[in-house]
Amino acid sequence: MKANTELFRVFSTVLRREMRVSFASWGEGLNPLLFFVMVVTLFPLGVGPEAKQLAAIAPGVIWVCALLAMLMSLDGLFASDHRDGTLEQWVLSGQPLSLIALAKVCSHWLRTGLPLVLMSPLLGVLMNLPAATLSTLAISLLLGTFILSLVGAIGAALTLTVKQGGVLLALLVLPLSVPVLIFGAGAVQAVAEQRSALGQLSLLAAGVMAALALAPIGIAAALRVGVASGD
Amino acid sequence: MFKWIHKFGSPPFVYGVSKAISPWIGVASLILFAWGLYMGLVKAPPDYEQGEVYRIIYVHVPAAWMSMFVYVVMAISSAIFIIWRLKLADVVAESSALIGASFTFLALVTGSIWGRPTWGTWWEWDARLTSELVLLFLYLGYMALRAAIEHPQSAARAAAILAIVGVINIPIIHFSVEWWNSLHQPATITRADGPKMHISMLIPLFIMLGAFQLYYFHHLLVKMRAGMLMRDRRARWVSERVEGGRL
Repeated sequence: MKANTELFRVFSTVLRREMRVSFASWGEGLNPLLFFVMVVTLFPLGVGPEAKQLAAIAPGVIWVCALLAMLMSLDGLFASDHRDGTLEQWVLSGQPLSLIALAKVCSHWLRTGLPLVLMSPLLGVLMNLPAATLSTLAISLLLGTFILSLVGAIGAALTLTVKQGGVLLALLVLPLSVPVLIFGAGAVQAVAEQRSALGQLSLLAAGVMAALALAPIGIAAALRVGVASGD
Repeated sequence: MFKWIHKFGSPPFVYGVSKAISPWIGVASLILFAWGLYMGLVKAPPDYEQGEVYRIIYVHVPAAWMSMFVYVVMAISSAIFIIWRLKLADVVAESSALIGASFTFLALVTGSIWGRPTWGTWWEWDARLTSELVLLFLYLGYMALRAAIEHPQSAARAAAILAIVGVINIPIIHFSVEWWNSLHQPATITRADGPKMHISMLIPLFIMLGAFQLYYFHHLLVKMRAGMLMRDRRARWVSERVEGGRL
């Protein structure tokens, strides 16, 4: 019991610190959201404003844009911590690195994933999605962006010492995010065709559980490699 | 037991063994290739539905099988490298990456060529082709990560972690793609499924599988020798071999 409260204290300390840091530069934190909104807006300009056509491609478009926005925000997730030595202190602290990494990922998701989720119904309206699908869109993004944060953080940790690792990060993470995209966009599509999206959403929820259990181990292992390399 | 592992994992010993056996494996692979191609292209009867076109499976199916086999080899040796720090396991993973990517590419190209007469298009978003494409991306990501990290030891460990993450994801990707495909496409495409094949068509396929497998082992052993020389280029056993002309 005591050990549990101790672990929780580590988690909440790191989470609170991260949130405070991100609120200090909150303008920067909004960039992925702006990217998301702007790229979705480009699609009607590119394919034409015809309502039916927009509605047909909307689930895929919104989901791909959310995926790319998450990916952009992941680049350099651990960079400043690595530069100023915070990462080294985490490794040396004697606390489980995977737990600290999980706190870091949670703060990343609260900062970038959650705003995307909240903005998504509005974009759904812009893209002429039927009203019934908007809640499914938000729920699928809620689950899916969290998986993307967790899996993407492994990629961010692996590319820690790579200069200009942004493109490389995309190469590593995009193939791994294929299932999230399929089930996320599939859920919205299903509701648009008046079918149940329960299957897709359950699979996404299962993905959250699996990623929650396994990804922190991978992130911690990758961070240790980055810290050990010393440059 | 540990002495045995130590001996088996030591580069000078493995170099010698590899040098001794790789030519034989190469020759065996060539013989199987010749036999399998003769059986497949000449002896096997034409398919009653697809005619002669189906014969591309004698390259396509072994390539697709090897593309997955090599990734699993890569992931297992990566895990061995991470857990026991066995450098040789990393040489296996590193040497396998390009070979595996080539098999994947070959499977995609032959699949596309096969698709033209049977499905009428060069590219069909078929579940198996699509997951093969994602597999190619995984291989390319692995090689890109390896090339991007300057410090060789960090590169090896980071790449190993990526290979393990990838192998956990491959079944999930495969399942999701299959599911996506069944939703978006009515199952009207007819294709020759394995179990329905006649035995006279299956035997050449198994011979070709053996040929591809042996080719991989041969190529792996040769590439591993180069990898070991590169890694241990300052070690005594390498300079002894160079001076003795026994490379």
